[in-house]
Amino acid sequence: MSITRDEVAHLARLSRLALSDEELDHLAPQLDQIISAVAQVQEVAAEGIPPTSHATGLTNVFRDDEPAPCLTPEQALSGAPEVELQRFKVPRILAEEP
Amino acid sequence: MDELITMTAAELSAAMAAGDVSAADVTEAHLDRIAAVDDRVKAFLHVAADDARARAREVDARRKAGEPLGPLAGVPVAVKDLFTTIGMPTTCGSKILGDWHPPYESTITQRLRNAGAILIGKTNMDEFAMGSSTENSGFGPSHNPWDLAKVPGGSSGGSAAAVAAHMAPLALGTDTGGSIRQPAAVCGIVGTKPTYGGSSRYGVVAFASSLDTPGPLGRTVLDTALLHEVMSGHDPMDSTSINAPVPPVVEAARHGDVAGLRIGVVTEFAGDGYQPGVMARFTEAVELLESLGAKVTEISCPHFKYALPAYYLIAPSEASSNLARFDGMRYGLRTGSGSAEDVMAATRAAGFGAEVKRRIMLGTYALSSGYYDAYYGKAQQVRTLIIQDFDAAFGQVDVLVSPATPTTAFPIGERADDPMAMYLADLFTIPTDLAGNAAISVPCGLADEDGLPAGLQVMAPPLADDRLYRVAAAVEAAFNERWGHPLLADAKGLSAR
Repeated sequence: MSITRDEVAHLARLSRLALSDEELDHLAPQLDQIISAVAQVQEVAAEGIPPTSHATGLTNVFRDDEPAPCLTPEQALSGAPEVELQRFKVPRILAEEP
Repeated sequence: MDELITMTAAELSAAMAAGDVSAADVTEAHLDRIAAVDDRVKAFLHVAADDARARAREVDARRKAGEPLGPLAGVPVAVKDLFTTIGMPTTCGSKILGDWHPPYESTITQRLRNAGAILIGKTNMDEFAMGSSTENSGFGPSHNPWDLAKVPGGSSGGSAAAVAAHMAPLALGTDTGGSIRQPAAVCGIVGTKPTYGGSSRYGVVAFASSLDTPGPLGRTVLDTALLHEVMSGHDPMDSTSINAPVPPVVEAARHGDVAGLRIGVVTEFAGDGYQPGVMARFTEAVELLESLGAKVTEISCPHFKYALPAYYLIAPSEASSNLARFDGMRYGLRTGSGSAEDVMAATRAAGFGAEVKRRIMLGTYALSSGYYDAYYGKAQQVRTLIIQDFDAAFGQVDVLVSPATPTTAFPIGERADDPMAMYLADLFTIPTDLAGNAAISVPCGLADEDGLPAGLQVMAPPLADDRLYRVAAAVEAAFNERWGHPLLADAKGLSAR
């Protein structure tokens, strides 16, 4: 076995996915099967082979920093679940001071 | 069927330019077709009927005023529902985006609008483009017009089904591991994955940014090239966009010719182990190319067998990062209570489907400390080796060929909860994505076992997209002559009722 149910539960927490026990029971063996299959890449002798992160070879693409039209606050907030004072309203982020 | 819906985009364009038919008539005919058959095909998530009619009237007015109009003016185009479009929802096939109406327009749809194309609606897809059947859509699967009990492929399955069912002559898709070529192949139409960076990703909801490539689907090679040309070209809004001229794809599609062309058959993607009827059609297509004057040789690409495992590390890794933005804070679904973190976890659990969750967790695993070198790092090295295989091959031949898919369309439900079986649908298409090359799928006949279409895949080096069309146009013309009609005339899924 390449990954345990506890490890899958940990991955779900890292991934910010509040999965039910049933989902974990279902996903854990599937992930185990997939990870076993993709581990095949480790067979390849790749000593000294540079990694490729993307294929174009482009690096550090910049454009001129010129003012241009952009979204209005109303447009930027148009899909927000909650808005207050022209800002995204979100639930509490930090725990309360002791 | 109304004659207007069976005409190609090129024919419609010529008829409109000649004044034989109006853009309003063309749009209405396609809206009628959607109303008549889409309750069975379920290709569209949103039909923009009123907007399409208004735009068509605009095109007619511009034409009447004598304005010069391009080849896509008045031609309906179906749009995969991951291109952001103002005035239409963009769901990406996911409940987490619900009825999100984006505040900005993708570069490609804007180019189509500027060209006078009629964006007729948004098509169904596997959620966040992860899948090969549309069964991972949060809104139910689309159906294959050849046989409604079969999948139309994916992830651009709604787009392929819409074109194959004559609801639009053209459609936009995206290809990350085969998501244009595989649905095109199993729906019996043409689909191209352009060179990575040849088509803009601005306003295309991200899945795996180093792989995602928007591209065209059409019923003919020429139509597909017409859309390819209009959608392509450098975009300063996409920093990975290539600043080079668009390859002359339309010119190539008008002059199909393989005489003297050096064609390599990929050894690893031929032979036993795949559906016999698909391999039989592939072998015939290779014989056809030889009879048309191509010089065919066999070429081994020894690392292609590692492409699938490498892809299922690289794509999920990028996805786990890209999809972190769906957090219930700024747009889309929000559910749950408590802290922001609790709300995020509850929202993502409720909004994402099973395959997206699998891939996010797989990517999180591959990128986590302790596993990074053995998984993601190794996959990146395999990516280099696959590029080297392609470089060596293109030193000897002009294009490579293989079947587009290992099998024809499979039954809806068969692989829905078997991820590894589903992943195999992209076995032949993935190397091109990892290397950033261009490839096309063009119909090459029906498999004997099930009477369903198979596709011939042609692969070319980066920025040699025109070669694909030169080969595909020759194949299309020769097969149409042999068959006596286009392959799609055999599609009976919608007539048998």
